[in-house]
Amino acid sequence: MSTTVDPAPAPAPEPAGPDGSARSQLTLRIAQLGSLRVALVLAAIWIVFQSQNSNFLSAFNLTNLVLQIAAVGLISVGIVLILLLGEIDLSVGAVSGLAAAVMAVLNVKHGWGAVPAIGAGLATGAVIGLVNGFFVTRFQIPSFVVTLAGLLAWQGALLKVLGDTGTVNLNDPTITGLAGTFYGETVGWILAVVVIGAYAASGWLERVRRARAGLEPPSLRNFIIRLLAVAGGTIAAVLVLRADRGIPLAGLILVGTCAIGTFVTTRTKFGRSVFAVGGNAEAARRSGISTTRVRIIVFVLASTFAAAGGIMGAARLLAVNQGSGGSDLLLLAIAGPVIAGTSLFGGRGSVWHALLGALVIGSISNGMDLLALASSVKFMITGAVLLIAVVIDAVIKNQRERAGASR
Amino acid sequence: MNTASATPTAVRPLLQARGVSKRFGAVEALTGVDFEVGAGEVVALVGDNGAGTSTLIKAIAGPQPGDDGDYLFEGVPVSIKSPQDAKRLGIATVYQDLALCDNLDVVANLYLGAELIEKGPQSAIHVIDEIAMEVRAVELLDSLSVTTLQSVRSEVGSLSGGQRQSVAIARSLLGDPKLVILDEPTAALGVAQTRQVLDLVARLRERGLGVIVISHNITDVFEVSDRIIVLRLGRRVATFTTSETTPDAIVSAITTGARA
Repeated sequence: MSTTVDPAPAPAPEPAGPDGSARSQLTLRIAQLGSLRVALVLAAIWIVFQSQNSNFLSAFNLTNLVLQIAAVGLISVGIVLILLLGEIDLSVGAVSGLAAAVMAVLNVKHGWGAVPAIGAGLATGAVIGLVNGFFVTRFQIPSFVVTLAGLLAWQGALLKVLGDTGTVNLNDPTITGLAGTFYGETVGWILAVVVIGAYAASGWLERVRRARAGLEPPSLRNFIIRLLAVAGGTIAAVLVLRADRGIPLAGLILVGTCAIGTFVTTRTKFGRSVFAVGGNAEAARRSGISTTRVRIIVFVLASTFAAAGGIMGAARLLAVNQGSGGSDLLLLAIAGPVIAGTSLFGGRGSVWHALLGALVIGSISNGMDLLALASSVKFMITGAVLLIAVVIDAVIKNQRERAGASR
Repeated sequence: MNTASATPTAVRPLLQARGVSKRFGAVEALTGVDFEVGAGEVVALVGDNGAGTSTLIKAIAGPQPGDDGDYLFEGVPVSIKSPQDAKRLGIATVYQDLALCDNLDVVANLYLGAELIEKGPQSAIHVIDEIAMEVRAVELLDSLSVTTLQSVRSEVGSLSGGQRQSVAIARSLLGDPKLVILDEPTAALGVAQTRQVLDLVARLRERGLGVIVISHNITDVFEVSDRIIVLRLGRRVATFTTSETTPDAIVSAITTGARA
């Protein structure tokens, strides 16, 4: 490692609120913590549940947690994209159920192979997204209303597709394998090395390229902290998961999806246009970005990820029934990213928040199940957590605006 | 009445508009207005509310083309029927709302919709070349002496009004325009920030660009312009060489149409 002393980043003048009060500075500092804030919340949740039930942090339960959050996490990936636009999609739950039903019926009743059946399920999602995007952009109807209509309509379609039986059991090994496949320790360590190596290499490469271009390199300290966090998290995950059934494919799919989604949103022209439309649609339009195209693509992606989540959920439950995609799935899929810090107001967020949020929500739900809390209590607690997260989002937004305006 | 024809225009006329008219129903917003701006010249366009300054700018910049009027750009007859036409000619406009994305940093805003793409196989998925963009952003801002920015990676939402205006003006320069139109660039800015923006306008002139500034602030107009064109009730009523006139004369022309 280079021995050059990293110039400590000049202490940024604290963007104090108009009153310069310690409290508003504190809120801003919390806002700047970003993902670390969520990690701390997650740690607190884990400590609380572990203290109440020593099975909570067992390898068995944590593996279950991964399987439980895979479906909702995939749906949340699409929700993040929608929230970045400042839109909402209330149909993702119903779409996930419908897509799973399409896949199940084609596979079980019509003898389609697993791959074409899964493809048909995903395509169902994509087409629904196209419909949502069309109505939102063509008729300027708020996405809230369009997708609320979809929520009802696609639930009806689910019942129709399932037909009289009401439940379709899945036994195709490829489909059930989405949630039932586990890889051994060797694969786990290889993946860990690849992930940590790739993260370190890309970060280092960026430093080298910036230095070569004569730009100030990003803070070495922050880079090392982030690298240690990624390495620690990856190694801990492998250590825990190998002690039970192994590395679950479902978890890898979720993490891989988040990684790709993050790359696309932060490093490509398309991702930049999503942030721009969410930040200031008029500015985006005037810079030549087709806001209609961006919106439609994002709605297609959101419904497709919803379909993927529905398929993952069906694979885990080994069945699709009339309640698939219903209950609190929709709200949890939206609550997760918001809890993790993706703004409901558009333009701010990260695809990783899908994973982080699903971990937080999944941990709360899993822990309350372990404690055998009544459904009444579970719903109220989950509701309270969501409300707190949204309040934090709103407070941060206000602080940011006031800090910007005061200068 | 129309004293414009008697006024010697700039040495190198960049844009000449003749007889621009625009009516909205029964209202005649512009009546046969002539207008000209030279390269390396700052022309202030002033007038009371409803005088037609905004309408004239929208006709020149393209979003709301005039009903009548001929345009010469660098001596060549052209037609301006859309913002794209204006852009092609090299006319850039910074509207009062600036059209910035507060959630993106300075570099991202400068290159919004025109991001530089990394070469190689990754160009297929349009991977943004952040480093090249940042290098050029720093060069551009330095050349304009925009030095108050803490970092080009600051979110635009956290910048001051003057800095935001500077970013918006800098962005308009990326398309290599020949004429820059600034709509109320100093409105709602404090003293120091107004100074920043006026200095920036002066540097646009040094670069040989033609600049049209619409402003209600007579002090700022005197500070920055070479010529002042006054509109009143949709007509051009007076033209002044800034160094040879007084604020009182301008105010009198704006309010009564009288050439002092």
